[in-house]
Amino acid sequence: MQQPHDEHPHVPGPSLWPIGFAIGVVVLLVGLIISPWWIGGLGAIVALGFAFLWVRDLTRGTELTHAPEVAPESAAARPAAAHEAGSPPERYPRAKFLELSTLGLGGVIGGLVTVPALGFMVLPPFLKQGFKDIDVGPLSEFPEGKFVIVTFASDPAEASVSRKTAFVRYNGPQNGQPSFTIISNHCAHLGCPVQPNGPLDQAHASEYKGSAIIPTVSIAGFGCPCHGGQYDTEGNRTAGPPVRALDRYSFSIRNGNLFIGKPFSVSRVDGTGATATIHKWTFAYPGEHVSGLESWLYPIQPPH
Amino acid sequence: MAPRSQTPKQQLQAAITYPLDWLEERSGIVGGVKYFLFRKVPGDVNWFQTLGAATLTAFLVQALTGVILAMYYKPTTGDAYNSIQHITNDIWAGWLVRGMHRWGASVFIILMFMHMGRVFLFGAYKYPRELNWIIGVLLLAMGLGEGFTGYLLPWDQTAYWATVVGININGTAPFLGPFLSQFLQGGTYINDTTLSRFYSIHMLMIPGAIFALIGLHLYLVVRLGVTSPPWSKEAAGTGSTEPPSSTDGRSGLVSPTPRRSAD
Repeated sequence: MQQPHDEHPHVPGPSLWPIGFAIGVVVLLVGLIISPWWIGGLGAIVALGFAFLWVRDLTRGTELTHAPEVAPESAAARPAAAHEAGSPPERYPRAKFLELSTLGLGGVIGGLVTVPALGFMVLPPFLKQGFKDIDVGPLSEFPEGKFVIVTFASDPAEASVSRKTAFVRYNGPQNGQPSFTIISNHCAHLGCPVQPNGPLDQAHASEYKGSAIIPTVSIAGFGCPCHGGQYDTEGNRTAGPPVRALDRYSFSIRNGNLFIGKPFSVSRVDGTGATATIHKWTFAYPGEHVSGLESWLYPIQPPH
Repeated sequence: MAPRSQTPKQQLQAAITYPLDWLEERSGIVGGVKYFLFRKVPGDVNWFQTLGAATLTAFLVQALTGVILAMYYKPTTGDAYNSIQHITNDIWAGWLVRGMHRWGASVFIILMFMHMGRVFLFGAYKYPRELNWIIGVLLLAMGLGEGFTGYLLPWDQTAYWATVVGININGTAPFLGPFLSQFLQGGTYINDTTLSRFYSIHMLMIPGAIFALIGLHLYLVVRLGVTSPPWSKEAAGTGSTEPPSSTDGRSGLVSPTPRRSAD
């Protein structure tokens, strides 16, 4: 039987709705990067409205064609014919069994080969991760109120490729305990290394157990060389594309030495120094919002 | 066997055609190659329609130079940079082959976009060629993936930080982005595993996919034929005196069947 739609190219009629849809998508995308926030919502509404009109246009006039139904007698007639020929009806034909068992066995063998291989590819980056506490030297290395740049190997087994840099500032004692501000140098935009905005005291640079320790003279904040993100001395974003404040490291003090521990993400810091309020979140990769509406896009963090 | 009465020219012809006939009789490959190469195309095809073949050539150059570079390159954080220096400065013509691969990568990407622009502006993505456009978009994504993974391999400062930024851009994808980041890095930061992982993706995984997709792409080109340029005087489906059969889609018409109800 000749299908009627084989005669014509499958081209929908002319329609202006896609233009409105495209404008809506553009407004939505622009709205995502500029404020006020409702521009994005407006774009979404426009896009959805025109998409609805477009789809309605496309589907109008298209009749759903149904496959011709199998004539009921042809299925029923065959076993009856077999009966007349004298052979018993096949309840489960051999060809069907062979076909299914070949497919089934092939699937099982394929699965046995590919599943472990895929697991080997995908799982290791998510297993046995974590952060070691790194000894970065005696407390006397860290003068009060000044940032010291500490570059350490976060995994001594991996050596230099695992190097990380932190800006460490001793804030003086707080409630009888030493207080430290330890800011990660990974820009919260896309992970480039932020630099201190101010002179370094290279003359007093030192080394401790493979960690390079460089004091600063006085710095006004941090800046990123890649895309111009700027931060104040607490790591709050002051300008540029970063989506949150700079990450920080937890710390511990053992036998008079400072140990740098797990990193965590920070949405913002109120106040300064030892009395600051740090809005702390689970460690997230750069570029991810950790608070507010946009953080809903990142509900689960992989095991870091 | 050629009888002795043949002229030298006939003998030469026989010497060429005999092995081809031998091959054709046993495999049909000569006919297949002829079918692939000597296709009907519209009379007014344009130079812009060679961009696809140019892109294919650029990819084959990348594949060939890449295979040779892999003979000298060492994908470990300790050796990668030094092996690249060795290729460039010490090995005979290493600078040339690496240069071809490095600049050819840009040529490949640029040609892909130009080919895509030609297809778009000629309307060659329309029925019945939508699937080939989709395969082309997959090829474009694969090509950009090659660019991204290949960029890390020199393991210099530019490579490292560009990859940090690239991985973190991937990481900002909603929901699975952070997992994608960690998968690409092979851990929580860029390390030895990242480099060998990128090397494997760059030289095995993606090129394999590109070869397969190019095969599909060419199959559809051969099956569906080449489009006329949009300014073609031969309007689709009207110049023909006899109704084309279903295989005449290959004769290069925008519309595979004439609109019989026209006029």
